[in-house]
Amino acid sequence: MSDASPLLRGRVAAVLGSNVDTDVIYPGRYLNITDREKTAEHLFELAHPEIRSKLRPGDFIVAAANFGCGSSREQAAAALKFSGCGAVIAASFARIFFRNAINLGLPALVSSSAHIECREGDELEIDLAAGVIRNLSRNLSLAAAPLDPRAIELIRSGGLIPYLKARYASSAALG
Amino acid sequence: MTLAEKILARASGRARVEPHEIVVADVDLAMSHENADLVRKAFLEIGVPRVWDPEKIVIIFDHRIPAESEKTAATHKAVREFVAQQGIRHFYDVGRGGICHQVLAENGHVQPGMVVVGTDSHTTTHGAFGAFATGIGATEMAGVWVEGKLWFKVPSTIRIEVEGAFAPWVSAKDLILYIIGKLGAAGADYRAVEFDGSAIRRMTIASRMVLSNLSMEMGAKVAFTPVMEIAPDAGARYEKTLHINLDYDIPEPQIACPHSVDNVRPVSALSDVPVHQAVLGSCTNGRLEDLEAAASILAGRRVHPHTRLIIVPASQRIFLEAMRLGYIEKLIEAGAIVDPPGCGPCVGVHQGILAAGEVCISSTNRNFIGRMGSKDSFVYLASPAVVAASAVAGRIVHPEIVMAKENSHV
Repeated sequence: MSDASPLLRGRVAAVLGSNVDTDVIYPGRYLNITDREKTAEHLFELAHPEIRSKLRPGDFIVAAANFGCGSSREQAAAALKFSGCGAVIAASFARIFFRNAINLGLPALVSSSAHIECREGDELEIDLAAGVIRNLSRNLSLAAAPLDPRAIELIRSGGLIPYLKARYASSAALG
Repeated sequence: MTLAEKILARASGRARVEPHEIVVADVDLAMSHENADLVRKAFLEIGVPRVWDPEKIVIIFDHRIPAESEKTAATHKAVREFVAQQGIRHFYDVGRGGICHQVLAENGHVQPGMVVVGTDSHTTTHGAFGAFATGIGATEMAGVWVEGKLWFKVPSTIRIEVEGAFAPWVSAKDLILYIIGKLGAAGADYRAVEFDGSAIRRMTIASRMVLSNLSMEMGAKVAFTPVMEIAPDAGARYEKTLHINLDYDIPEPQIACPHSVDNVRPVSALSDVPVHQAVLGSCTNGRLEDLEAAASILAGRRVHPHTRLIIVPASQRIFLEAMRLGYIEKLIEAGAIVDPPGCGPCVGVHQGILAAGEVCISSTNRNFIGRMGSKDSFVYLASPAVVAASAVAGRIVHPEIVMAKENSHV
């Protein structure tokens, strides 16, 4: 979660395959929704509508390679975040989705084995800074790429907007 | 250094940079379309009164023009007001431009060696002009509007050298689909791509834009074709080099089948695929040479009675030029409908949405589930020539099949 320490705990809401694209995550027809919170209503709407009802606050989405490929639409990351998703764990991410997620304060962690070693419903504990995923349900420890300290700082701030807001508010106070 | 390394070194004030290091680069150009409204909201939340440099911001409406709903109309209005208030001169409203990537190029906004960011994934298109051009999200763009800088991980580079000559009815679209089919949808994730070779150097700028544009669909961060003004060093280090010979590797048109852009097959490998809708347009293939290819096939022929053909010129300028040259006349006489210049049905919003069970052959760039309408529709991606020929045949065909017949239906 955006305001928590890098140690996250939650349940796997879904395990998805490779190349989960941004049209699947958030259909193009809803791109004129610019209230970030409202994007959650259309998460996975066309291809996997069941995920939205399964997702509980703090839950994780686990996927294989190239999660979030396709469009630069930030609503894909926003819809996940405002649906309560605690983190996305994938074997790899498409670059724009990864940046969008971090900039919105949604943790995105790279693990080559999570989609193989985790099943829907598993309890996980994630250390973003160390790059460790503990699958508590299966008593496994999975390696992940440690998240860059700058990314962790952005996540702790709640995303790029609050981060810059704080920075410019303090510089205005000084200036 | 590679082109990507050279440009990022210059933009970050460094003598040289290495792949995988992180640099903070000055942004030379920041482009947005309708999602400028998302950027605007984030910018206002940050609370800085003025954008860093109104001359370096370009805003072009293209995804929903003219406004298809009251909600979009309100979004357009809010952006218009913001643009006026911030003194952003480079603003292309409805009827003044067309698809952002085409308009940016047509109006000379992009120069070799620039760092260009756009809130659209196909910003990679501008690698055809020697720019380090890449897509970013709206929140990140708000940060650019505030600071005029952005961090980048220096990408490693894949070099793709192309020799030989295109077979009849084979074009840049077939080449890039072939490459995406080989490398996969994640094959160039986080990488820069440099295209070169005699075949590339013979290509028109419009065709080079197709390569840079669609490289995004294999994950490329940036994708260059050669320019005079800036070149990689002789000793530049590449992650890998691919060699393609058009004569042997790509003897026939390539089709990306549902539902991923890397699901590529030669047209002869497709069994009888009936087509309900054919779309010619988009930032990938809506340019003058694309309309010319379609007009040459449709001249004196008719769109199949069970098929509808939608033409979307990429810009007002292209639309006008295609009218003057008689292409639009030929297309309309053949039974095509012409959408206003813009993204058209490519994003699945309006102007040609698919029903469940329908099949579309399209010169656009994505065939994901539900991309152009129903989640139960099917989009095949192909070159403009294959789109036009398939519209006549009512099924996906090699253009030579249509051209071998005198007229009417195949």
